[in-house]
Amino acid sequence: MNAEPAIEVRGLTKRYGGRAVVGDVSLTVRKGEIAGFLGPNGSGKTTTIRLMCGLLTPDAGEGRVLGHDIRRAGRAIKREVGYMTQRFSFYEDLTIEENLNFVAGLYGLRPARRHVSDTLADLGLTARRHQLAGSLSGGWKQRLALAACIMHAPKLLMLDEPTAGVDPKARREFWDEIHRLAAEGLTVLVSTHYMDEAERCHRINYISYGKLVAKGTVAEVVRNAGLTTVILEGDDLTAAARRLEGAAGVDQIAPFGATLHVVGRDGAALRQSVERVAAETGTTMHPAETSLEDVFIQLMGGAKDNMG
Amino acid sequence: MSRFFSLRRLAALLAKELIQMRRDRITFAMMLGIPLIQLILFGFAINSDPKGLPAALVAPTQDRYTRAMVSALELTGYYRFTHPAASAAEAEALITKGDVAFVVTVPSDFGRRVERGDHPTILIEADATDPSVASGAISTLGIVAAEALLRESGAEAQAAETEATRLQVTVHKRYNPEGITQYNIVPGLLGVILQMTMVMMTSMALTREVERGTMENLLSMPATPIEIMLGKVLPYLGVGAVQVAVVLVAAKLIFDVPFVGALPLLLLGVFIFVAALVILGYLISTASRTQMQAMQLTFFFFLPSLLLSGFMFPYRGMPYWAQTLGEIFPLTHFLRLIRAVMLKGSDYAGVAQPMAALAVFVGAFATLALLRFRRTLD
Repeated sequence: MNAEPAIEVRGLTKRYGGRAVVGDVSLTVRKGEIAGFLGPNGSGKTTTIRLMCGLLTPDAGEGRVLGHDIRRAGRAIKREVGYMTQRFSFYEDLTIEENLNFVAGLYGLRPARRHVSDTLADLGLTARRHQLAGSLSGGWKQRLALAACIMHAPKLLMLDEPTAGVDPKARREFWDEIHRLAAEGLTVLVSTHYMDEAERCHRINYISYGKLVAKGTVAEVVRNAGLTTVILEGDDLTAAARRLEGAAGVDQIAPFGATLHVVGRDGAALRQSVERVAAETGTTMHPAETSLEDVFIQLMGGAKDNMG
Repeated sequence: MSRFFSLRRLAALLAKELIQMRRDRITFAMMLGIPLIQLILFGFAINSDPKGLPAALVAPTQDRYTRAMVSALELTGYYRFTHPAASAAEAEALITKGDVAFVVTVPSDFGRRVERGDHPTILIEADATDPSVASGAISTLGIVAAEALLRESGAEAQAAETEATRLQVTVHKRYNPEGITQYNIVPGLLGVILQMTMVMMTSMALTREVERGTMENLLSMPATPIEIMLGKVLPYLGVGAVQVAVVLVAAKLIFDVPFVGALPLLLLGVFIFVAALVILGYLISTASRTQMQAMQLTFFFFLPSLLLSGFMFPYRGMPYWAQTLGEIFPLTHFLRLIRAVMLKGSDYAGVAQPMAALAVFVGAFATLALLRFRRTLD
């Protein structure tokens, strides 16, 4: 872990029409870790990933990916990085095998046939290899895309929301695959907005409106957020929620099934307000663990929307 | 709101259509630009009764009779003597290359024969590959020349209507003596067909990748711009080869177009021409964002090239500015090349110029395309 990090970028900035889509993002990803890259829609995750794999030129900032300068060594980065785009971007009018042959050729893999058949077998695609990519379901498309990204044995995998639109079972299998690859020494940067996926990462980086606002392990991020969470249970939760609106110390109120999650930065004030409302509405209060989702909602509320 | 027709629904559709039209700047520019360009080209450049055609004069003894005749011919407006003192060999080369449309030969004993009233004769060779070029010039020829000669010799008075004094004008319609239009059109069509299909197909090359979202992936893999370009255009060289074979065989079997030149020379020319076209298409592809735009740009290029290349209307009959404009189209040079080789039996030296021009297009288009190609998604 004392080796050079797989990704180390500082002050990355990308503007479109004067608007900073990515503003001053600094990011470090250690070798061999699975780094989660989180943030709401339109927060600049995709742009940051494209900047790091040489698909976009930054307006400001610098950095190294696998020891290569992101401004100058785009070609070297492309050879050693596997990038899985958010939208399926292989050829729908080619079969799985034809797509992989194409990729093997572009990376100059030899013998190409061997690489392709090994990759097909590794990802359980052999039986479907003659199927047109366009006719595959979301889960299989994602598997093909992953196969194509790892066939050239990259040192770093960048996955941009790889599991969007994929069912839970396929997601579970996908993440097992990611952990297997990481165990073999591959570094993975994966963007997502699923909380359960964030919790499967070694470390997470949270970006909001173009700025990196939190980073660390899941536990660190939750701890650093300094939030207090309590749960209300009872019959009249709707009335309780209405009364808590705008009460001292209350930042978030969210119904979860038969309970109400109440979150705030000022623990003492929060408890006081909730105790009062619990007494008024005949509900009961319990202390609770702050979840990653609570933290993210809090971070999203705190960050300024850069569209305005 | 009526079930079948509601103005409000129609208005919503119209409003949406207008917004989209306004956003698509290129389409908007095309809607204004195409009529304007068509108007100007058709209005000013096109001339189906071409005048001021370049001519060469072969006259070993330039006496006053010769000069009188030359100026009379020029006065008709049809002839412009760009090479007034050519040798027979030079004149032959000029007409083969297509630099002149006519060669007027005045024999060395012309003056003497006029004075003696001994059957004076001049020879006019016309490049009849395009029959419409030659017809007007030839039809006015005899009368004008004869009258001029009579004036000059002062023989009007005696109304020298005898057979012996009357000027004999011998006209040779070269290359296409029967004036068959197909001989000119069919070889030209090869160029037009190739241009339409090759440019249109390759103009979609990159925009298709962009529209399907595969471009991002392609760029994230280690393919270089030149590899991507060649990968996109080379397959169409094969398609072009098939088209060439089909058109040439049809020209021979269906239209009976004569083929007097060397086939290898023609094929070399066609190859360079097709290379220029596919790379031009690729260049259009690098400049467009959608397949629709690529189509429009192709069309925008296609129309003037059809009008100004000499395919539809005689090139030499256009005003000078239009001829200059015509030089920027590969089709113009290809038409010169294929007509020279197929109909006139030109050798390599005769078509070196159009061949070189086409090669320059290949280089220029490829350079521009590589410069325009965006390695990133910026």
